[in-house]
Amino acid sequence: MPKNTIGYAKADYEGVISTLCAGCGHDSISGAIVQACYEMAIEPHRVAKLSGIGCSSKTPNYFLNNSHGFNSVHGRMPSVATGANMANRDLIYLGVSGDGDTASIGMGQFVHAIRRNLNMLYIVMNNGCYGLTKGQDSATADQGSVSKSGSVNPFEGIDLPGMALELGATFVARSFSGDKTQLVPLIKAALSHKGFALIDVMSPCVTFNNNAGSTKSYDYVRDHIEALAEIGFVPEKEEITVSYETGTTVDVELHDGSVVHLQKLADGWDPRDRQAAMRRLQAAKTEGEILTGLLYIDPNSKDLHEVIKSDSRPLNSLKEEDLCPGSAILDLINEDFR
Amino acid sequence: MLKNLRIADLSNHTSLKPTEIKNPEYFHKVVDCQYACPAHTPVPEYIRLIAAERYTEAYMVNWESNVFPGVLGRTCDRPCEPACRRGRVEEEPVAICRLKRVAADNKGDVKAFMPQGPFASNGKRIALIGGGPAALTVARDLAPLGYQIDLYDDQDRGGGMMRSQIPSFRLPENVLNEEVNFILDLGIHTHFKTRVDSLRGVLDKGYDAVFVGTGAPKGKDLADLPGRWDSSGNIHIGIEWLASVAFEHTQKIGKKVLVLGGGNTAMDCCRTSRRLGGEEVKVVVRSPRKEMKASPWEIEDALHEDIPIFENHVPKAFVTENGKLVGMTFEKVEPKYENSRRKLVPTGEPLVFFEADDVLIAIGQENSFPWIERDLGLEFNEWGLPALNETTFQSTVPNVFFGGDAALGPKNVITAVAQGHQAAVSIDLYCNQQSLTERPSPYTNLISQKMGIHEWIYDSDVTTDIRYKVPHADKSLTLKDRKKEVELGFSQDTGFKEAQRCLNCDVQTVFSESRCIECDACVDICPTTCITFTTNGEEEDLRTRLNAPANDTSQDLYVSDSLKTGRVMIKDENVCLHCGLCAERCPTSAWDMQKYLYSVTKAGNQCGILQELTT
Ligand SMILES: Cc1ncc(C[n+]2csc(CCOP(=O)(O)OP(=O)(O)O)c2C)c(N)n1
Ligand code: SF4
Ligand SMILES: [Mg+2]
Repeated sequence: MPKNTIGYAKADYEGVISTLCAGCGHDSISGAIVQACYEMAIEPHRVAKLSGIGCSSKTPNYFLNNSHGFNSVHGRMPSVATGANMANRDLIYLGVSGDGDTASIGMGQFVHAIRRNLNMLYIVMNNGCYGLTKGQDSATADQGSVSKSGSVNPFEGIDLPGMALELGATFVARSFSGDKTQLVPLIKAALSHKGFALIDVMSPCVTFNNNAGSTKSYDYVRDHIEALAEIGFVPEKEEITVSYETGTTVDVELHDGSVVHLQKLADGWDPRDRQAAMRRLQAAKTEGEILTGLLYIDPNSKDLHEVIKSDSRPLNSLKEEDLCPGSAILDLINEDFR
Repeated sequence: MLKNLRIADLSNHTSLKPTEIKNPEYFHKVVDCQYACPAHTPVPEYIRLIAAERYTEAYMVNWESNVFPGVLGRTCDRPCEPACRRGRVEEEPVAICRLKRVAADNKGDVKAFMPQGPFASNGKRIALIGGGPAALTVARDLAPLGYQIDLYDDQDRGGGMMRSQIPSFRLPENVLNEEVNFILDLGIHTHFKTRVDSLRGVLDKGYDAVFVGTGAPKGKDLADLPGRWDSSGNIHIGIEWLASVAFEHTQKIGKKVLVLGGGNTAMDCCRTSRRLGGEEVKVVVRSPRKEMKASPWEIEDALHEDIPIFENHVPKAFVTENGKLVGMTFEKVEPKYENSRRKLVPTGEPLVFFEADDVLIAIGQENSFPWIERDLGLEFNEWGLPALNETTFQSTVPNVFFGGDAALGPKNVITAVAQGHQAAVSIDLYCNQQSLTERPSPYTNLISQKMGIHEWIYDSDVTTDIRYKVPHADKSLTLKDRKKEVELGFSQDTGFKEAQRCLNCDVQTVFSESRCIECDACVDICPTTCITFTTNGEEEDLRTRLNAPANDTSQDLYVSDSLKTGRVMIKDENVCLHCGLCAERCPTSAWDMQKYLYSVTKAGNQCGILQELTT
């Protein structure tokens, strides 16, 4: 059995056998998470996986069995993640949510986590429905999409990446559960990004939303997918050795020294341009295309800890003298308030 | 730029064609054990029957295919075991051979399942010369079709080398007798103690066809070695000596015995010597130990009986004092490898002397046909073997057929049986004036194992148990009595546990591309990462691009037709556990687990138990 550079086999990143419906897109995303963490040689105990409620939110049980986990109430994963992250900034935070969990009940929580640029990867397993409660339309269901029972969705669907860009997110991507060659490097890049990283993953619900007329079915997504670039993730230690024609590639260096390598760019587009990304998303929407890939990245992102200048150490490592510096310091502080 | 060129280059090459699973050989090859077996015994099928305690049926599945399950369950060369998939996914293969014995040991009334005579005569008469495994197989296959079978053998009972060369402590006489009698009871006309001295004489009796299964009866000698003829009373040819022990003409051997040779006959000679009074028995081989032809387990058993093996010792001379054999001298050599050829080069050390009261020469066997007249039109090749068609086993005299060691040189019992089946097919075609080259195709059957939504008829769980050991009788007992069987066989309990180790390689993963929605569920669940969806390409390139590189090129890639995305599904057959998880996770049943039955068609297209069991 092959091992990664820190001596773990892929199986060490797996979870229990999934109880989701056979063929559920969510399982493929779990597979991509396992693959990415294995390849990045992340120590499993350095990861905290968090989720809300839904089929999607059940998945943390199916990957990273040796990591920390928290299954919160419906839509409340962002605040639990915020608290955990504030308390211990040394862990890697991986939030998993559904389109219902995020775009309906959890919307308020979601937007504030983005606004604060909480250092975490937030994956939405987006199937356009409430899978767990038998497939009701969710807020990301596209207008006109036909449900399994034949009803047509009359409401405008929420585009999570578009909204995240609007809110100032520093890493925004969209992908498809059936395209691991794109999803795995995206997850790796997102895990290396310092700040809030959103990956909205089209993840068909085979049981309730894979019918003809649904815009979140395997067939529909495959037919309408449009990738912005081929993406590669190059860890810090490796060098990019292959040379490409100029103008067709962009390399974005992340704060930890690793590089996101984008190849075969659609007409010279630059992922560091927020406005261009927003325009492209809008254009794709009118064309009826599902734009995938790394839509936007801010390599100079400052995460919440940096903004509020919190202590660089996790709270559990602070000693009594750190927390209670004594009356001399208190006097100094009180002087300030005179 | 160069890199781009390479990619462009590749795309011009031919991609892999979709696998033709309709070709009966494709799935056959996936059942590694069955494919490796010369008789193609449906191994996983009978192993499942053993697990289900259906020993009688398990025995019959074997009987139909290999004729001597009880004999082979103890003595087979087991070409199936090195092929067993289990040996590729963990250390040791399933103990296939010894499971066969479990079926034989625990069987019920198997005779009720066998063809029931008397059979209506078809008016044709066949002579079998020799009564060993090949000839008995021909007898069994042809008798039920109405042929009159005359079997000639110079021994007083049937069995051939199974009786004369395999010692009773490995194969008890009653086991052999039972299986020989199953065949003789089909109404075979036996002419025992009848040595055939002339093929012409047999042909003159007007048989419609003659089958020669006389084995490889001549043991090689060291006729030119100095001293060979000075005390020849204590120098014996291995197989002749074993026969004379089997027929109780020889009851004793000296205290110090040297056995020359490294094959299974040598192992039988040394172990038999230990039972006839040999106290210091040594095996001496010319070449390195790792090149010994004997099966590893036979070597192990010999070592266990305190028989040392001396490698790289080339015999130089027999030493006699006062007309009595006292030992032999050997030259020490070492292997030198040059251009992948191995040479034995003397080390220059002084000659080694080993004391001996008796020497057994077991350095190989040869064919010998002094009784076949050379003016019959029956041609021989440069090795003194009959010129044969290797598929039909027909000689250059159209109604004379060969099989077993007499046909293509010494091999083993299971090969003799396989050849006997084919010769029987040929004889039947010949007697019906049909073309011998239009062989009947194998009987095959592919049936879905689906029982519930995610449930299979077969036990798909993969156990992690390691191979169970067969218990042995105590050495202090077995060395005293040459007829006491050493191996005790698996109990029913251990047999069940060992049977559970079988991976059910005959339950095939059948893929239908039209149903696949490319959701990747099978890729994610596969415990050995053997499924990949990717763009097609050349095999060599593809093998490196799979989710787990497919390095064992002897194992096929199962390639689908183009899918909706233009990609193909590729499954590396090498380490698939046949656990059915891909099919369990598949939302559309694009994967299905289907049991593949492959059975070599016997003479006259006889329907046997396999078809009854599976249809
Ligand atoms: C507070 C609360 N309200 C409502 C529910 C019922 N409920 C369970 S899951 C779910 C929606 C899940 O949808 P999504 O997040 O898209 O997950 P999916 O099952 O589609 O992956 C709802 C509304 C609940 N469990 N808790
Ligand atoms: S109901 Fe839909 S989302 Fe839930 S497990 Fe089944 S396929 Fe996946
Ligand atoms: Mg959902």
